[in-house]
Amino acid sequence: MFLDRLSAYQAIDLVKKKQITVSEILQDIIKRIEQVEESIKAFLTLNLKEALQEAKDYDRKINLGEEVPPYVGMMIAVKDNIVTKGIETTCGSKILKGFFPPYNATVIEKLKEAGAIIIGKTNLDEFAMGSSTENSAYQVTRNPWVLSRVPGGSSGGSAAAVVADESQVALGTDTGGSIRQPASFCGIVGLKPTYGRVSRYGLIAFASSLDQIGPLTKNVKDCALLMNIISGSDHRDSTSQDIEVSNYLNYCQEGLKNIKIGIPREYFQEKMDREVKEAFDKSLLIIERMGAELEEISLPHTAYSLPTYYLIANAEASSNLARYDGIQYGYRSQDFHNLFSLYCKTRSEGFGKEVKRRILLGTYALSSGYYDAYYLKAQKVRTLIKEDFDQAFKKIDLLLTPTSPTPAFKLGEKITDPLMMYLSDIFTIPVNLAGLPALSINCGFSQEGLPIGLQIIGPPFGEGKIIKVAYNFEQQNEIEKKKPSIGEIKENKEK
Amino acid sequence: MKRVISGKEIEHIARLARLAISLDEKKEFTVQLNSILDYFKKISELNTDNIEPTAYIISKTNRYNEDSVRDSLPKKEVFSLGPFMEEGFFKAPRIME
Repeated sequence: MFLDRLSAYQAIDLVKKKQITVSEILQDIIKRIEQVEESIKAFLTLNLKEALQEAKDYDRKINLGEEVPPYVGMMIAVKDNIVTKGIETTCGSKILKGFFPPYNATVIEKLKEAGAIIIGKTNLDEFAMGSSTENSAYQVTRNPWVLSRVPGGSSGGSAAAVVADESQVALGTDTGGSIRQPASFCGIVGLKPTYGRVSRYGLIAFASSLDQIGPLTKNVKDCALLMNIISGSDHRDSTSQDIEVSNYLNYCQEGLKNIKIGIPREYFQEKMDREVKEAFDKSLLIIERMGAELEEISLPHTAYSLPTYYLIANAEASSNLARYDGIQYGYRSQDFHNLFSLYCKTRSEGFGKEVKRRILLGTYALSSGYYDAYYLKAQKVRTLIKEDFDQAFKKIDLLLTPTSPTPAFKLGEKITDPLMMYLSDIFTIPVNLAGLPALSINCGFSQEGLPIGLQIIGPPFGEGKIIKVAYNFEQQNEIEKKKPSIGEIKENKEK
Repeated sequence: MKRVISGKEIEHIARLARLAISLDEKKEFTVQLNSILDYFKKISELNTDNIEPTAYIISKTNRYNEDSVRDSLPKKEVFSLGPFMEEGFFKAPRIME
């Protein structure tokens, strides 16, 4: 049996029934990592020694009939911008090389209490700034479906690890699409929760008014399971909301009667790949057949989302990243003659090009003389974008769009043209500006064998409804059965 | 395309952001930032005279915590984070002669 292929809910169930042990699951996952990681490079740090010890401890307790946490059997990979006590956390940046956090993020505390075991930390664009994971200071992650393609970004390592069976589930973060776009490019499920649904305590900040932590999983049930664990209010994050967390697994049941779904027409005025459009149209037919009612609607300010987002996100980033000054932790340049040059040299040597570009753009938008024209203006347009969604959700329950205008692009294709890279986020960004929840699920493949993603957008705290539609759609879907062939290719070679 | 930002302004912004950029980087960033900022100008088309800016997207009310004593991180662990600690202090270059 290939236990690495199990999803989290299956593994937890089999452990509960004592049909397999936690160590057996982990050993198969480790075998899988040994087999494919060299080609994929999803992880920055592996935590296998500690993981094996934890698995052994749980197995011993189960054997003795002692009580164990409810989700023992779950193996998770964590994006490297979420702090993990005693496990190096770099944000994919040289400036945090050698940073071993003295505390756990709230989501990590919750996962550990639930019995999940952390396999390792996954690669990302430096400080989550990027759409391809190519901006990592350490390594380039490849798309397991076609190795010459990007896995998407910025949670590219998490998405690649899950689809390649190097982990059952993963945590990512989404500021402008960084969970949904890689989920789409890798053909898995990725959910960006409502702003305030999941605590950001211990998430290394990029743009504080947009960032959210969320799950990347092989199927919708695992997504619901993970949301049950990580959601909820937290006194250490003042923006986390004290709103009851429903049991999201209850939404994983069949039937879509009385659900009204809107299709925003403005999204189809943007450039879109033909195969993406075809897969999307096919998905609409399926969802309609399942009982949902479809309606074309308008989100008039869609075209202004991208500049609005990049102005706000970069302004917040330039302020958040001011803390990396080489004084208290992380990297410090050796080449300085006074305090000012220590700051400048440390930051110039420690940050990569895209981070510098965004700090410059953000500083410019906040600087005297430009604040009103750029930053304040963007915040006002943000109001208009949010009002578009408010209006739409008076008439409909959910919105459907493609997750990305194209399937995974080639490594190196957009890295020299930052504006072209920014434009690949065009369908995911409005959701972050409006603070909404949205999920990406596979809805087909291109002729080249690249996955295509369907985005389901909900009103604030509408995660349950989204999960319901996604679960029903998944029943028609091939993704769990279809797997990238990377493992097989290597196995054949070895034979 | 009209130039939005000059090389000199990039230098000034870099100084504000405490970044030392090389001559090559300055050239590259000037071209790239101009093309990006030119695209960003799109939002100036919109009339936003009577629109309130949005900073907090979901909740507009503040959240208060009980004023209770909680443990902080252990001093020993915090001071073992970097190579620049000495006797419980962060070491940095002298700022006064």
